[in-house]
Amino acid sequence: MALERPIRTDPLPITQGDAQPARPPRGLSSWKNWIGLVPFFAFAIFFLFLPSFSIVYRSFESPQHTFTFDNIIAIFTERNLVNAYKASLTVSLITAAGGALFGFLLAYAVILGGLPRSLRTFMTTFSGVASNFAGVPLAFAFIATIGNAGLITRWLESAMGFDIHQTGFTIYNIWGLSIVYMYFQFPLMVLIMAPALDGLRREWREACENLGGTAFHYWRFIALPVLLPSLLGTAILLFGNAFGAYATAYAFSGSFINLVTILIGAQIQGDVLYNPGLGNALALGMVMIMGFCMAGYAWLQQRTARWIR
Amino acid sequence: MRRRASVWAWVILVLGLLYFFIPLIATFEFSLRAIKGRYTFEAYRLAFMDPAFVRNFGYSLMWCVLTIIVSLALVVPAAYWVHLRLPRLRPVVEFVTLMPFVVPAVVLTFGLIRLYGSPPIVLIGSPVLLIAGYVVLSLPYMYRSVDTGLRAIDVRTLTEAALSLGAGWGTILLRVIFPNLRVALLSGIFLTFAIVMGEFTFASLLSWPAFGPYMEEIGAMRAYTPQALALVSFALTWGSIGIIQWLGRGAPGQGQIAGAR
Repeated sequence: MALERPIRTDPLPITQGDAQPARPPRGLSSWKNWIGLVPFFAFAIFFLFLPSFSIVYRSFESPQHTFTFDNIIAIFTERNLVNAYKASLTVSLITAAGGALFGFLLAYAVILGGLPRSLRTFMTTFSGVASNFAGVPLAFAFIATIGNAGLITRWLESAMGFDIHQTGFTIYNIWGLSIVYMYFQFPLMVLIMAPALDGLRREWREACENLGGTAFHYWRFIALPVLLPSLLGTAILLFGNAFGAYATAYAFSGSFINLVTILIGAQIQGDVLYNPGLGNALALGMVMIMGFCMAGYAWLQQRTARWIR
Repeated sequence: MRRRASVWAWVILVLGLLYFFIPLIATFEFSLRAIKGRYTFEAYRLAFMDPAFVRNFGYSLMWCVLTIIVSLALVVPAAYWVHLRLPRLRPVVEFVTLMPFVVPAVVLTFGLIRLYGSPPIVLIGSPVLLIAGYVVLSLPYMYRSVDTGLRAIDVRTLTEAALSLGAGWGTILLRVIFPNLRVALLSGIFLTFAIVMGEFTFASLLSWPAFGPYMEEIGAMRAYTPQALALVSFALTWGSIGIIQWLGRGAPGQGQIAGAR
């Protein structure tokens, strides 16, 4: 996701839009100041805001087109729907935490671990590709890897004499899906953390050592506090990323795993909940959770900007 | 201290590389197993010979071109205007471009179908909703690319110079701004291409033929061709990102990050 504020290393251009307050030529009528933005905002209103608003509106609509809270209550009480939210939240939590941890370690290894520089370029390019490699092809890749006839599955069987399916193990559950999601989750973490780690100045470490600090002191009192907002911010981003994913889960396990997105998809294809309002309420819940995520992300991003430039 | 850290760095790197490459190798190996007992490219032959492949792939290319045209037409003037005349609106425009992260594709499709599936405005049955969805999906990447490009050039001076030479606004955009934004625009274009080419959610739920739903369909029908198609899709993504990296070499801040679908 292109969410991170670009961390500028180049000198800023002297004339910058932000630097100078707008000085629209006086003689021009005000509509001319807007004309370039009209198509953009018109598009946003018709294809982003109106549909979103209609979801909110219809969440409170009963099948008889009257006002009701039933749909909202249902997503907290109806078992099917509660389970869908639980499954979605679990996958998102697992992959956000796992992706953040491993992504951070990998970014750290590549940026500060003293590895050859060429590896670093390779790793960032590859992370760019891998974080984009989601959806149907990713599901196929993992079916070929850990599916019933996958490479790893067969290898475990032939080399170790271990048939993982006898233990009742299946990859078509939340854990299997988490392994798949991790493939695009932790490269995203690498992409966003790499510039942040670059922002750790060597002088800080030197200053810490001069004052008699150990590696522990450096991490506890300097590096971690500086990195924490971007670490948490990116983890939230990963959470939202997994929460909204549909294609990967659909192609990987069909409707085995009852995620919120899968349920909404099924609701679109045929009214499986037998109540259009419920679908809207499900969607509304997603928008709310994603909205909280983005708000948290934006807030943390501002805190990051304070230290890392 | 430094040495020991380096050993750990290598361990983590190797783990990371294994995680990256094992699925790719497995996919490739799987795609070669179409004929029992030996490795062949039969799955690829089957995949490419299927007339439905050509048709769906062609459709996806068409959606790509349309999406890129609409996205450019919306984003470039908006980003330019924000830079030149209404910097105060920058946060609003940025907020709009980030909306796709708040409203997931499934949810947006749901909203679009409900809103435009019944009068007063009926758009179901025309590809407008599909393209609109794709454009929304491309907004963050397109806007960020163009914005980074605009930051790197002196928009105001260029515009004033063009105006003083008697150029109209169309000329300014097409013959002054666009050429200066070449790299930024191309990276936005290729990123959009990479995203739209394999997109599944919008095309599938809006029932339009495209490469993504086709892959999924084949996945349910055949055993080895899906993996061949997955590698084709991976190659497309790799190619697009590679081109962006190559174009943007030496230009910092052109990092491209996309999200899950």
